[in-house]
Amino acid sequence: MLLYIVRRLLQGVVVIILVSVGTFIVMRLMPGDPAYLLLGEGEIRISEEQIAAIRRRWGLDRPYHEQYLIWAWNLLRGDFGDSLIRTGMPVRQMIFETIPVTATLNVISLGLALLVALPAGIIAGSRRNAAFDYSTAVGSTLGVAVPNFWLALMLIVLFALYVPRWFGDLPVVGRIPPFGLRSWQGYILPVLVLTTEQMAVLTRVMRAATIEVLAQDYVRTAYAKGLPNVIVLVRHAARNALLPVVTVIGFRIAFILSGTIVVETVFAIPGIGRLFTDSVFRLDYQVVQSLVVVLAVLVVAVNLLTDLTYAFIDPRIRIG
Amino acid sequence: MPNIQLVSEPARRSEWSQAWRRFCANRIAVGGLVVILLLTILAVFAPLFSPYNPIDEIFRGMRGGNPSLTHPFGFDHLGRDLLSRVIFGARVALLVGLMATGIAVTIGVVIGAAAGYFGSWVDMLISRIIDTFMAFPIIALLVVLAAVLGPSLNTTILVIGMTGWARFARVVRADVMALKATDFITAARAVGVRDWRIIWRHLLPNVMGPVIVLATLGIGGIIILESALSFLGLGIRPPNPSWGGTLADGRAFILRFPHIAFFPGLMIAITVLAFNFLGDGLRDALDPRERDS
Repeated sequence: MLLYIVRRLLQGVVVIILVSVGTFIVMRLMPGDPAYLLLGEGEIRISEEQIAAIRRRWGLDRPYHEQYLIWAWNLLRGDFGDSLIRTGMPVRQMIFETIPVTATLNVISLGLALLVALPAGIIAGSRRNAAFDYSTAVGSTLGVAVPNFWLALMLIVLFALYVPRWFGDLPVVGRIPPFGLRSWQGYILPVLVLTTEQMAVLTRVMRAATIEVLAQDYVRTAYAKGLPNVIVLVRHAARNALLPVVTVIGFRIAFILSGTIVVETVFAIPGIGRLFTDSVFRLDYQVVQSLVVVLAVLVVAVNLLTDLTYAFIDPRIRIG
Repeated sequence: MPNIQLVSEPARRSEWSQAWRRFCANRIAVGGLVVILLLTILAVFAPLFSPYNPIDEIFRGMRGGNPSLTHPFGFDHLGRDLLSRVIFGARVALLVGLMATGIAVTIGVVIGAAAGYFGSWVDMLISRIIDTFMAFPIIALLVVLAAVLGPSLNTTILVIGMTGWARFARVVRADVMALKATDFITAARAVGVRDWRIIWRHLLPNVMGPVIVLATLGIGGIIILESALSFLGLGIRPPNPSWGGTLADGRAFILRFPHIAFFPGLMIAITVLAFNFLGDGLRDALDPRERDS
């Protein structure tokens, strides 16, 4: 077990190093010299000495492999540098301010998706070809096919134009804000959008896994013992059917982050996703390259966690 | 020797024709195929179908005009016919979907086959590279690359294709590894067939089924990705019509002219749905064992 964790950690480190090298190369390809960008963008003129100082500070006057090592070393020490556009603002602070927003959004969405998808998948899988099975199939097919940014826009239209007109007097529904996060109600629409796709995918996976598990001998034994249907499904089948769901969640974490980027942009939510797109458009390289590495670390960590969860869910799996 | 040819050839053909028969029995999948064919015709002959010019014909005083009989989808934020823009947008969606998938499949199959067949350090290296690509929020990579290369149709295709190969590589690698241990490959190696010929003639034909399925199911995702990229302003350049770009136009006026964003999004959803139905149908047809899952 310990050996396995160490090996996986090493693999994760290799992946993160590759990501950081890739990011570094791509950022060097980006048009514009970060040092001169400062000169052109700001109102305040910056002297040549200051540029030289910036270049020295970031080691831009050194050969590329040294630049990479310096950058990576700074990252390792948690020094992400300063934002180029919002001058003086440390990138670390920007990232740490946005992470809680994005994390809250995604944890709620994923939790909600699981809350619906697990029972729905079990019921659909245990009563195949029944009306419920067909309706979840239709629902999850649509959920995957509808682009999240379109769903987001349509919800904005619905809740900004029509809902106030129809249900304006209702306490909660009448006052769901279409943009921003000024109150907790602001989370409702983005969570709804993010949940839809997760729910669709996870219901499909849970249904397929339930069908597979129900065909196995130990389930037949459980029924033969005379256990009631609910007990067999919840205690015996569901536990094993959870494995593929965990795999898919781990596998999809990168997709989930991608979804966040678009959804945060549409709903004007100050999370990691919007910080990312804003920084790309403002050519704030310092923020972009740090964010990419932070996201990669996050994905690798989640992947490792899901693999370790296997052993927890299914004691038969001896990791090692 | 000729005898073996005679025996093996019809058997193989019947396998594909069996799959074709299974596919035709699946009405939803055939429906998906029909929708895709219609969209393809619409895209190829876009100038014939679109009632107005999608770029140059600007109707004065009709900015954001509502749908009417002569303009079923209404007008966009500049007063152009939205239906014509949506029809031409199908070109971009299908072109990007098919070309990017083609690039991704080609790279993925070659790399995955190499990893699965040669094993050892080649596999170690390639697997880590696959992990790296899978560990990336693809849209983040796309956004950065599109910003570096400058947004255009070619960039979009290239960038999506170059970043999307990892999942194909993963599937091909696993299948090739499993097949490598079978007797007919051992036999081929014993006779002294060269490595790349074994991969090309004996291994790849046997892994194409899952790859075709995965590719078809992936096209929908790629079309959404392209739209998302155009939506963020990093895909197809205006004034050229694309669904994501039109959606982005609509976003700016979402509360005044909601129909601008509605129609392109609807087309994306229908197209993605059609490719997903087709992909599901192909999976059932090509691999009957997985039918019930």
